[in-house]
Amino acid sequence: MDGDVLVTIENDVDLVRARAEARAVAERLGFSRMDGTLIATAVSELGRNIVVHVGAGEIVVRPAREDDRCGVIVIARDSGPGIRDVDAALRDGYATGNGLGLGLPGARRIMDEFEIESGNGSGTTIKAAKWRIRDELERLRERR
Amino acid sequence: MAIPILKQGPWLIASIQSALSDSEILELRDDLADMVGRRRARGIVLDVAGIDVIDSFVARSLRTIAMTTRLRGAETVIVGIQPEVAVAMVQFQLDLEPLHTALDLEEGLEVLKSRVTNGARADGR
Repeated sequence: MDGDVLVTIENDVDLVRARAEARAVAERLGFSRMDGTLIATAVSELGRNIVVHVGAGEIVVRPAREDDRCGVIVIARDSGPGIRDVDAALRDGYATGNGLGLGLPGARRIMDEFEIESGNGSGTTIKAAKWRIRDELERLRERR
Repeated sequence: MAIPILKQGPWLIASIQSALSDSEILELRDDLADMVGRRRARGIVLDVAGIDVIDSFVARSLRTIAMTTRLRGAETVIVGIQPEVAVAMVQFQLDLEPLHTALDLEEGLEVLKSRVTNGARADGR
């Protein structure tokens, strides 16, 4: 019914759009306003990472519907030089741009899943997901 | 889209009504630093009720605004942080230290009044 939403990230204005799209997908999947804000905050950090370090990339917001849960999967991709030290990038206070080094560790803390694929000159892909458990009642209602 | 900055007595009031891009928030920082001097303001209330997220960049920018304007002689109070934005900031482990915050515009003005008039300033102005 609803599929991926792709936002091309080239500047800071695109980040505003990416946040709004992520929030809209979360809302359609029944996430609370609170969770929508958490997801939008993570999207903002992932998008800014692209703008600041690479200059261009894309963010895909993918709705996931499973029987007992649904989720928002955020995929941030760029074809830049990659993150030299992934473990360090996930540590608080490791800053390479003009940031405080809180972006990626913060985003990881607010999402349920978070993985970084980077290196070998093939760019960086960060995949993060937030899940919501669907209870019996919700599933029953849907079957009717 | 520039954020309007209103003057009320010795205070400046800037109210962010919608989601902001990074460059808009930097523009606001520069406008406030400039206005503090031109309008001889002693304090600023920055209402962020319309802001959609406070991520690490926005948090840093708000701190920069407060520190920049303090160097120009004015205190800043941030008001209007929405409940869900506050929760996200806590989970993110972002804080706004050493910023002053208050619930809304009215409270923000009260904070400014007590800080600026009760000897929070060392120069006795």
